Amino acid sequence: MLTVTGLCKRYGNTDVVRGLDLHVRRGECFGLLGPNGAGKTTTLRLLLGLIEPDAGSIELAGIPVPERAREARMKIGVVPQMDNLDPDFSVRENLIAYGRYFGMSRAAISTRVPELLDFAGLASKADAQIAQLSGGMKRRLTLARALVHDPDILFLDEPTTGLDPQARHLIWQGLRRLINAGKTIVLTTHFMDEAERLADRLAILDHGRVVVEGAPRTLIESHIEPAVVEVYGEGLSDWTRDVAGSVCRRAETVGETLFCYTDNAERVIDALKQAPALRYLHRPSNLEDVFLKLTGRDLRD
Amino acid sequence: MIKLPRLSWRFIPVWQRNYLVWKKLAIPSILGNLADPMLYMLGLGFGLGSLLPDVDGMSYLTFLAAGTVAYSTMNAATFEVLYSSFSRMHVQRTWDAILNTPMTLDDVLFGELIWAVSKSLLSGLAILAVIWGLGLYGNFWLTLAIIPVVALVGFCFGGMGLVMNAVSPSYDFFLYYFTLAITPMVLLCGVFFPVSQLPPILQAISAWLPLTHAIDLARPLVVGTVPGNIGLHAFALLAYGSAGFIIALALTRRRLLR
Repeated sequence: MLTVTGLCKRYGNTDVVRGLDLHVRRGECFGLLGPNGAGKTTTLRLLLGLIEPDAGSIELAGIPVPERAREARMKIGVVPQMDNLDPDFSVRENLIAYGRYFGMSRAAISTRVPELLDFAGLASKADAQIAQLSGGMKRRLTLARALVHDPDILFLDEPTTGLDPQARHLIWQGLRRLINAGKTIVLTTHFMDEAERLADRLAILDHGRVVVEGAPRTLIESHIEPAVVEVYGEGLSDWTRDVAGSVCRRAETVGETLFCYTDNAERVIDALKQAPALRYLHRPSNLEDVFLKLTGRDLRD
Repeated sequence: MIKLPRLSWRFIPVWQRNYLVWKKLAIPSILGNLADPMLYMLGLGFGLGSLLPDVDGMSYLTFLAAGTVAYSTMNAATFEVLYSSFSRMHVQRTWDAILNTPMTLDDVLFGELIWAVSKSLLSGLAILAVIWGLGLYGNFWLTLAIIPVVALVGFCFGGMGLVMNAVSPSYDFFLYYFTLAITPMVLLCGVFFPVSQLPPILQAISAWLPLTHAIDLARPLVVGTVPGNIGLHAFALLAYGSAGFIIALALTRRRLLR
């Protein structure tokens, strides 16, 4: 569905995308993860043909981009990071106006709009102004708007950033339905639970390059020990120095917490019983642990 | 570096979008855009006109009415591509949303330009209606030729204004354009008094300004004569507008698509 080879984009002296390779299959949900500045949004803009790459090639449903970007965009629906619904229009008018940008006929749009309103759960808000909508409703409308021309592939740039948990679940539900209906989805996010929940496969990007790619479970199994014991409290530094090395496969201190990665959590917990002043949390390792291991823990701004 | 615009009929949905929004607020919008120049024209025309002898062989009201056709058209196009286009581009991010569809920036900008021409037409027609109503014209059929002139003036100032839109960081920036370009033109191009009253150096500058060309076309048509140098004036307006549009497209591309 989407093949990207050796994609490069440079701004001034900064390489934002450096030799990116991606392959997204038809009907799959593909996650693009990465810290801020990893090149996720630039990659999406390149895929849409909005900016020209300095090197590399993009093929979307067999259409080369940016050469035939207009044609390619007929097949893509976009949910941008920042809401850009038309504030001068009602909910319904937003969908109608957007359909026209795809060259849809009035009749085609009129049959489509009620379906989209239903999909977004906004049937009762059809005539509401955008300013009257909650953040979650706006996102759902943006998602519905991206579907107006029934695209084959959907690009979502951080679709649930800034939403409360209820609203996020509603978006996820909508995306699940689209995946079940056979749509291809490319999703950028920095919520690991979102990626773990939705993505069939994902790529972790850093410094404009794919660091690792695979199914979430496979990545966790192959890149990280199965369990984590997070240790914190009085006397942590002594424990880290004297004990951690012998019981943890890999240990990392972040702030006031020691992350002890292990395939034998019992052993760590037994050792911790000798240090009653320390508190700990034992949990299975997850995608976030992989992400932090591969991209580091430094703050990115 | 500068790529020529690739125009297509796809600009129509952009025009339509602006039209639908305008339709919702048509009454206040018409009042804002049209009442203002009309009040100036009638107030000054009657008030000041009663103190003045004929100007260039016509009543001052007629003189001013002909200037106002061009002036209000210029303002309508300028305001549209400055404040309204800027809202859509920068504040509401409407253009970003459109660019994610098969539309290109060329389509969006051309749609905005044609929309500005439409607003100009409306504004020019309103003044023309007053000219007809008060019988300020010499030959009715010739006044009909003012309609394409008005469209051309809208094109000219729409294209030029889009350059300002492309480089502006905020609404405040537009004040420079008004103070340094629009207001001097209003005073130098023969809206309120004949250019011949100006010192020679200012007359020479005036001859290069687009509003002068607009007025040189509009005023004879109101009075009832065929304007001289039609080709030159039309070419000047077309050239200013096209150059503006091409530069604006290149600058907007740099602003949004990088």
